[in-house]
Amino acid sequence: MDAAAPRPKENQGEPLPRIDARLKVTGQAHYPADLPTANIAYGALATGTIARGKVTKLHLDDAREVPGLLDIVTYGAMDKVDKPKFGNVGATSIAPLHDRTIFHDGQIIALAVAETFEAAEEAAQLIRADYEEETPSASFDSPGTKTIPAAGKSPLFKEDVKAGDFDAAYASAAVKIDARYSTPTQHHNPIELFSTTAYWQGDQLIVHEPSQNVTGWKVELARQLRIDPANVRIVSPFIGGAFGSKGPMTPRTAIVAVAARRLGRPVRCVTSRMQAFGTQTYRAETRHRIRIGAGKDGRITAFAHEGWEVTSRPDAYVVGGTSATGRMYDYGSVLTHVSLVQADRNTPGYMRSPPETPYVYALENAMDEMAVALGMDPVEFRRINEPKKEPIGKKPFSSRSLIQCYDQAAEAFGWAKREAKVGAMRDGDWLVGMGCATAIYPTAVAPCAARVRLTADGDVRVQCGSHEIGTGVRTVAGQMASERLGVGIDRVSVEMGDSALPPAPVSGGSISTASVCSVVLKACDAIRTKLYAAATAESGPLAGSHNEELDLADGKIVAKGGASARVEDILKTMQVGAIEEYAEFAPKGAPPEALKKLYSGMPEFHGGEQDEDAVKYAFGAEFVEVRINRYTKEIRVPRLVGAFAAGRIMNTRTARSQLMGGMIWGIGQALHEATEVDRHYARYVNRDLQDYLVPVNADVKDLQVILVPEVDHAVNPAGVKGLGELGNVGTAAAVASAVYHATGKRIRDLPIRIEQLLV
Amino acid sequence: MRPFVYEQPTDISAAVAIASSFTSRDDQPTRANAQFIAGGTNLADYMKLGVAEPARLLDLNRLKDPSLRQIRVTDDGIRFGALVRMGEAADHRDVKQRYPVIADSLRLAASGQIRNMASLAGNVLQRTRCEYFRETSWHCNKRAPGSGCAAMEGFNRQHAVLGTSDACIATYHGDFAQALIALDAVIHAEGSRGTRKIPFAMLHRQPGETPHMETDLAADEIISAIEVPAMPWARRSLYLKIRDRESYAFALASAAVALDLDGETVREARIALGGVATVPWRARAAEQSLQGKRLDDASAGAAADAAFAQAQPRKHNAFKIELGKRTLVRALLETRNMKV
Repeated sequence: MDAAAPRPKENQGEPLPRIDARLKVTGQAHYPADLPTANIAYGALATGTIARGKVTKLHLDDAREVPGLLDIVTYGAMDKVDKPKFGNVGATSIAPLHDRTIFHDGQIIALAVAETFEAAEEAAQLIRADYEEETPSASFDSPGTKTIPAAGKSPLFKEDVKAGDFDAAYASAAVKIDARYSTPTQHHNPIELFSTTAYWQGDQLIVHEPSQNVTGWKVELARQLRIDPANVRIVSPFIGGAFGSKGPMTPRTAIVAVAARRLGRPVRCVTSRMQAFGTQTYRAETRHRIRIGAGKDGRITAFAHEGWEVTSRPDAYVVGGTSATGRMYDYGSVLTHVSLVQADRNTPGYMRSPPETPYVYALENAMDEMAVALGMDPVEFRRINEPKKEPIGKKPFSSRSLIQCYDQAAEAFGWAKREAKVGAMRDGDWLVGMGCATAIYPTAVAPCAARVRLTADGDVRVQCGSHEIGTGVRTVAGQMASERLGVGIDRVSVEMGDSALPPAPVSGGSISTASVCSVVLKACDAIRTKLYAAATAESGPLAGSHNEELDLADGKIVAKGGASARVEDILKTMQVGAIEEYAEFAPKGAPPEALKKLYSGMPEFHGGEQDEDAVKYAFGAEFVEVRINRYTKEIRVPRLVGAFAAGRIMNTRTARSQLMGGMIWGIGQALHEATEVDRHYARYVNRDLQDYLVPVNADVKDLQVILVPEVDHAVNPAGVKGLGELGNVGTAAAVASAVYHATGKRIRDLPIRIEQLLV
Repeated sequence: MRPFVYEQPTDISAAVAIASSFTSRDDQPTRANAQFIAGGTNLADYMKLGVAEPARLLDLNRLKDPSLRQIRVTDDGIRFGALVRMGEAADHRDVKQRYPVIADSLRLAASGQIRNMASLAGNVLQRTRCEYFRETSWHCNKRAPGSGCAAMEGFNRQHAVLGTSDACIATYHGDFAQALIALDAVIHAEGSRGTRKIPFAMLHRQPGETPHMETDLAADEIISAIEVPAMPWARRSLYLKIRDRESYAFALASAAVALDLDGETVREARIALGGVATVPWRARAAEQSLQGKRLDDASAGAAADAAFAQAQPRKHNAFKIELGKRTLVRALLETRNMKV
């Protein structure tokens, strides 16, 4: 086995290759904008160039002159449809063509539709607007922003967590720090561009669009268009990178649907890379103040985390990562507060580990500072503060293998060879630094439905309206069916990414593998039950056997004693050609209406901090080595080791791939990624991949992922903890710690750049 | 993108004639109705973004003259045909041996895919990547003369500190040009007024009051070759490029250095700076400060101070002065230490 296919350890599944790998590398995987559609017209967006004010006049004459132009959808065209809503399914309440008010840079002002893509683009570029301009507020510190408490502004962030008497504990702490951190604006920039293709067949609307939530979008789009959700179908069989950006539906979808209805023809609109910065969601910039107090023995007695997050004027998007940071260690006392800062910006949205990426970065950088203040090894400092119960609700952890992760990663990394003294390690002209940090992500699960069919020929079909966003969920769902029904993975087909399939929750919050595998398991077990009943019936070949003594393997039902019966023969005796089971899964403790909400596109997450029995998280430990040139201070990361424990690992190959991708993203967060906001105009400046830097292959040298065995039956029936958003949490703090170790400079503002080390 | 006429002339004189008939003598090449395209890695990008809008594109890739695709090494130096691709020149054995600074500057530029497309002549003529220039809704004196400069008070981390003016601070982002200007390269151009040689240092214009006037070329002139004089001691040369990531990024600061050493004493130094100036930037004051001196940390530092004596920082790019100096010091010391 090679590094890409780690040998499974306890409670880890086989590293099967992705069942759609060949399709992807041969160009046979059809992404939504690739799906063939006859007689298509092309749409191109025209977007505004100011961040605050009003459109007083649109100049459309030049655009109308473009040969091949078919239509311009703009103000007035959306009057008979309802405005988008901000929330779980909708990206923003800003209704760009309902309202001439400009809330942010790059707001949609029209959609030009033409016979060709080129003509549509040309017409869109020729659309000009006159504005009544107002001075916009760009971000933190801009005049005109408004700061409000975040608690209660979002159903996902109800309160500022706290425990004990922080003020007293901090005042009397022997060793303490008080430091401020910040993270920049980031855009997801998935390589697959955002697109909508819409067409009507009578009163049926079909939309091809990369989506992490086909069921939610179906319901929300129907609401906006004032039609029956049964008449809307969202199709998204493959997604070329999402990271949260394709979770909430943006206003473009309804606009393109309206354009298709006006024209009586399919319309396809692919948003340009530049336009995506203003028309999609993003990770807003955050600021943090962290205070930690501890005794000289290193035991933390006081922890305070204050966070500030930028959001748009109309929508209170909040990530509120204090709910995780406040439970991370055995703090003694906890005080947290999160504020929103409203500016003239588009509404932010989910981006890979939305709360943890910024908040855990701040916490873990602070933990390293605290270890330095205590003169203590950073790994030992964390070991000392390892909690038995989480400090807020005093609940146990359903499982917590953080120390095992630290021990295994430290061993593989060679942490013992690190010289503790700052600046002590060198390699020629290169300063060497080593750092580490904790990764954490809440383990949640949501209601999910699936249909599984087993035929007499031994073919299995799994149908589930979840989404293959690159995580490998299609593969692991197939793997679960293959294991439970005793057929080879080559006999399993998996259909996903279509709202006509049994509904699944949004592919967000790292819930997909747990939710999908739990329901596929349930459907497969229902099939097993039927097969077993037939096989063990009085006249059956395995009469007298009990279900728990039976298993399915190689197309046979096998009894403990060795007797067996072919599935094909059992189906014959049942006089059926196939067994098909439709299953619904609801997490333990879910309210009675949980499944109904699944069908309405708004299933609720369970787990994380919310369950009564325990708090549920996946953990990891990441170690990095940095090298910094002593003259020019460029920072390179030649080595990373991450060890992660996440319950049942369905497939070690896809799990490693997710964690590796996350750590690479972490390098980007630490050193590269930032959307620059022009302070005067409140406009995004570096709106393409020329200037929005992400790591390239040359930036990733030696990266090792260790999958630490862990068993947790409390999280969900599949025993799976999602890990898609675990790997990128902690990396940036580990890099910051390593930079400190190399240089003695504590960089608290991301990304860490040359200029911060030159001074 | 606007519709345009696309032609593939097969010899230079025909290409020049077509260009002449669609442009007038005063047209800037970057604003002319007819424009030349070779690799297309810069122009096609700007056409899609609406930054460049030629009505007619003259594709030079069908030009028959084989010398346009050749690298010729002679006793007089090295001659690069204009259509030689960056990747070919970077991998050329004689270029690597005799002019490491040229090979480095090419190897460290762009990506492998782009280097396989981009022509050498097109590369030296690449236009700034200033974010405010690239996107047509910003005020930009270079793209829309007289409209102002949003970069001046905007986000200007990538911008120049040398050769700037009140009208423009856009950086020249190329790498190859720094090697060429350091080595006294000469450009061969053919146009309706005949052929001529242009010292590379005269090719690009500093922005001054007219940042839209970018080069000395006429709209109907085509670069046919780039010549670098023989310089045996250029074997001791290198290009050092400092950037935010390991590959595929523009220089925050770079230095092209060639040294003629007598022991550790500098007989002659050639220095050019990238990532910090509005045009390819020869640092003559730095060269002079080193002449006859022993090359060590102190003299290298003094040369770096001389190179940036006239630098004008803005809000986000002030670090480039310190970084540029350190880059030059490191480049000088690394060049000194080369085993030749």
